[in-house]
Amino acid sequence: MARRDYLIGKMGISLLTLLFVLLLDFMLFRVLPGDPVRAVIGRNVRISADVQNSLRAQFGLDKPIFPDQFVDTLGQWARGNLGVSWSQRRPVSEILISKLWNTLLLIGLGQLFSIIFGVMLGLLAGWKRKTPFDIGALTFSLIAWATPTFWLGIILLVAGSAWFGLPTGGIVSPANIGKPLHTVLPDLIRHLILPTLTFTILYLGEYMLIMRSSILETLSEDYILTARAKGMSNFQVLMRHGLRNAMLPMVTIIALNLGFTVSGAIYIETVFSYDGLGNLVQTALVKQDYPLLQGAFLLLAVSVIVANMLADFLYTYLDPRVKAN
Amino acid sequence: MSDHWKLFLRNLNEFWKAFRRNKLGLVGGFLILTALLAAIFAPALTPHSAVDIMRDSNGRALTFASPAMHSPLGTDDAGHDVWALLIYGARISLMVGFLAGFISMFVGSSLGIIAGYFGGAVDTLVMRVTDILMVIPDLPLMLVLVATIRQMDLKVSPLSVLILVIGLLYWTSAARLIRSQTLTIKERQFVARARAIGAGHWHIVRKHILPQLMPLIVTNTVLILSTAILIESGLAFLGLGDPTQPSWGTMLNFAFSRSAISNGAWWFYLPPGIAILWVSLGCILLGNVLEEMMNPRLAAHYLEGDKGMIAITDKETGL
Repeated sequence: MARRDYLIGKMGISLLTLLFVLLLDFMLFRVLPGDPVRAVIGRNVRISADVQNSLRAQFGLDKPIFPDQFVDTLGQWARGNLGVSWSQRRPVSEILISKLWNTLLLIGLGQLFSIIFGVMLGLLAGWKRKTPFDIGALTFSLIAWATPTFWLGIILLVAGSAWFGLPTGGIVSPANIGKPLHTVLPDLIRHLILPTLTFTILYLGEYMLIMRSSILETLSEDYILTARAKGMSNFQVLMRHGLRNAMLPMVTIIALNLGFTVSGAIYIETVFSYDGLGNLVQTALVKQDYPLLQGAFLLLAVSVIVANMLADFLYTYLDPRVKAN
Repeated sequence: MSDHWKLFLRNLNEFWKAFRRNKLGLVGGFLILTALLAAIFAPALTPHSAVDIMRDSNGRALTFASPAMHSPLGTDDAGHDVWALLIYGARISLMVGFLAGFISMFVGSSLGIIAGYFGGAVDTLVMRVTDILMVIPDLPLMLVLVATIRQMDLKVSPLSVLILVIGLLYWTSAARLIRSQTLTIKERQFVARARAIGAGHWHIVRKHILPQLMPLIVTNTVLILSTAILIESGLAFLGLGDPTQPSWGTMLNFAFSRSAISNGAWWFYLPPGIAILWVSLGCILLGNVLEEMMNPRLAAHYLEGDKGMIAITDKETGL
């Protein structure tokens, strides 16, 4: 029962957040100066007031903003209609979907490597506490924390292209655009190295710190002493009892970090002209393409909220203590 | 008053003695101090201003000139002296970062104290708002907000918009921390006694709770400054800075978008990044050391003025 209450509480927050995001995005559309009807028709076309009014009625703009227009807009969004991009003259949802997979690929790889290395190094640093390795690891994570993401990207871009001849931008070479995936795979991997590396270096430090403090806490538990008393070696204890229990907080952190990951994607995709959502957001910003910007915000925010909700569910299954309480 | 003053000086002296022993804290303080001094004394550190254009003997602008005597960090794409841009950029970066950091700390502390002290519906409301703000991805939110506010023609300078948006979005973790600390202080003996002799809410918060929270607030302000400076640089890099008042982030935006990289002008894109790293590392080091020193459980030790009373009360109650 406790678990159900806990989950209902978490769900409530998520739904509230979702509602807030929808409302905010709707409001941002409304406060923009200019008449939506004129924006649709184009500024230079002359049309009579009668036609304008009938268009206004057709778009539902003659109704009160709350609740009619808000509900109408929500219905449109639910059907995947996020308006038309000003700069590309295409439906926003179509553009977003075309970039979504590239971003998921980058974020997925970056998270995968930073979690693997972060957990391993954090485990080692906690185990070998106060050795030069531990101090080095801590120094590294402090500096990674203080470094601007995009600047590290710029430096890796310069170094990678000058010393290793790695490509500086895009997702495949121009000649390979539109070819089937398996033929361009080596090219794709070469393009992914630098952005993924930037991602990994920046998020590694944080995961390492969390893993380190989590393992230190776990190693002071009584069951670790019991395991040692049973005659298990230090390494066996670390792997069988330490790692498993210390991994629990990581689940929440990874979910909470998703918002942060999105920020990383925006900076890194911008630096490496990587054809994903982050780069799209930056372009929309520069071109003042508000429908595109707000559509991207909606997609990113809703994905992060939903992912957090899923992580809460997952956590209750992984940690039996939440069930019991 | 003079007794309080003496106590304050004595505590300050003790604090400095303890602080001095910590090398990392000293390094952090040094990094922040040098950046502040550079920003304050900018005109004394460079003969050029940020808008002066370096020219050769024929009067042509020196673009992407490598470091030399007249411009120690070379020039940018238009012939501006990079060293001058960097020094004057410190003013913008530090101003935006510090103001935004102070606003977020002020909002976070106020809401945290109110939520923790009064509890009930106010507490629930504040905590729900922090729950909501913590889940929404911050960078997309800020980009959308800043871009839309800019478009609204409100007659506010671009930098003020940046300061307000950063300051009003980053108070959530501070509010949670201050709230939980207020909850424990509120239950202590001296608050109950003050209430018993008829002290009002405002008096209790100002005289008994705030002084206990001060170390925590100071520490977190230092830590939040690094976040604010990093965020400002990021937003400016994405093009939301004020091009007429370039910060370090704006410089990096210029360097990146005006092909400093393909021109091999490392003197244009390395220094601003190092400067950002310099200040934010300084804040993190100093903040962590202060956090260690000012553990709230030991806080009474470092307090000034009439809070000397608290230490005595604590001894009596054994808290």
